[in-house]
Amino acid sequence: MKQFDLIVVGAGPAGMAAAIFAATHGASVVILDEQPRLGGQIYRDVTRSTVERDGILGPDYIAGKKLTQDLITQDITHIPSANVWEVTPDGFVTFTVNGKAERIAGRFLLLATGALERSVPIPGWTTPGVMTAGAGQILLKTSGIVSKDAVLAGSGPLLYLLAAQMTAAGSPPLAIVETQRLSDHFRAAKYLTGAFRGRQAIFKGLGLLRTLRKAGVRRITGAEGLEIIGSAKVEGMKVTKSGWSEDLICDNVFLHQGVVPNVQFSQALRLDHTWCETQRCFHPVTDQWGRTSSPTIYVAGDGAGIGGAKAAEHAGRVCAAQILTELDYIKSSKRDELVRPILAALRKELAVRPFLDTLYAVPEFIARPADPVIVCRCEEVTAGNIRQYAKLGCVGPNQTKAFGRPGMGPCQGRYCGLTVTDILASEHGKHPDQIGSYRIRMPVKPVTLGEVAALAPKTPK
Amino acid sequence: MFERLTVPDLDNSFTFFFEGKPVPACDGDTVAAALIAVGIIEFRTSPVSGQLRGPFCLMGSCFECLVEIDGQTVQACMTPARSGIEIRQPRVPEGTKGGTGEAI
Repeated sequence: MKQFDLIVVGAGPAGMAAAIFAATHGASVVILDEQPRLGGQIYRDVTRSTVERDGILGPDYIAGKKLTQDLITQDITHIPSANVWEVTPDGFVTFTVNGKAERIAGRFLLLATGALERSVPIPGWTTPGVMTAGAGQILLKTSGIVSKDAVLAGSGPLLYLLAAQMTAAGSPPLAIVETQRLSDHFRAAKYLTGAFRGRQAIFKGLGLLRTLRKAGVRRITGAEGLEIIGSAKVEGMKVTKSGWSEDLICDNVFLHQGVVPNVQFSQALRLDHTWCETQRCFHPVTDQWGRTSSPTIYVAGDGAGIGGAKAAEHAGRVCAAQILTELDYIKSSKRDELVRPILAALRKELAVRPFLDTLYAVPEFIARPADPVIVCRCEEVTAGNIRQYAKLGCVGPNQTKAFGRPGMGPCQGRYCGLTVTDILASEHGKHPDQIGSYRIRMPVKPVTLGEVAALAPKTPK
Repeated sequence: MFERLTVPDLDNSFTFFFEGKPVPACDGDTVAAALIAVGIIEFRTSPVSGQLRGPFCLMGSCFECLVEIDGQTVQACMTPARSGIEIRQPRVPEGTKGGTGEAI
């Protein structure tokens, strides 16, 4: 079995920055990623982007080229197209590449599995033609595919970015429908100090809005109800707000309501997690170095709490610095000297977050949807079903599985977990920390019996 | 309606088959992207209700874009498109509400 000082899972900004930092100081590093090329979702396919795509996707995307280039030039083992399905607390990582499973061992493990989009459960959101805003970006990044006359709905800066990129690609969206209300602005005002420190991000957002206004993209704000029209495929979106409603005719809807940490591994490892009020989701508990409740396992980047690509890079380096110290590659005095400027940059990058999180808060009708709305897409369990289970005495998300199978389909609760927790918390008048989350188990991705059977035993005879 | 920004040049394009029908694809496409580019967004039926489903997240998380290749159910968004491969809609198990054992 191959052994490494550090195994990094995920080749986005956090994972790449950590791997480069650790390898530069002498550690043996392997980076596993499920995509065929480096970059994660934010820098997806940046290594093969064309001049045309660079122009459409913009400078924040192109920034990923440096990181991928730096990683390639280092002595780092990169295993692409790796479906990592098991991670153990004692440092064994099992994955499949091309149908062949393999297990490796690491003294330290860094989970850099990033974020996934928060669910936007609205009537009809399982209809073909409804996708996440991230999916819209992925089509642009990987294949130069763009949707014509689409509707973008929800809230958050990614909506503006995708709309601006679609506009640059010559296909401005039909409309952006925002759930953001005036009261969100007032609530966000108390975080203005942080907003001032992170004003670059805000100027960027305002710049995007200016671009969209100039391009004549229609913007509807304060939406209080969103509904997909059409059953076999999308025929439009019905938008309602205070006594007014309109049907927007389109074949594609891109939904977005911010992103949440991908905690599939950290939860399956039974690491400590806690509910974050401003981001309305669970975060793994980490110390200043990104170390979790299991001392050889670290989490960096959006997987530890949403901070964006730049913050992820800094956080990855901070984790790597501490791991290098534990491995005796550097002394703690050297570590402190190395991380001082990185920590300052990380703090600056994160300063704007409470402001943004509050400004683009999840509206109630999406966090806890109405009874008829499907919450678990895989097993088609509605919000009403979950409320009914609660009335029958169901106390926690894991128990709902016995009542009606939510979270038991192929996505393993990735897209319904938070909604189920949120609904149960409200039904029982408890805090989400008391309600908890689904009990995630390995394998975190589907694996065939053949792959498991062909594996060598954990410890060679 | 989805469109490609540029017409793919012949050197970098090839064909695979979805339910027997030829689908053009380009280097770097996933199976899901190539299908979307030609307007195929209904990939399968839900085994629970029989409702039509198509790609949603395109990053390997939601498992909505399941298709069948060589008898195995895989995520179309995590499978690179390759020349000549035969792709089918996944069979829905008989006995499930949405299942007839037939493709949609």
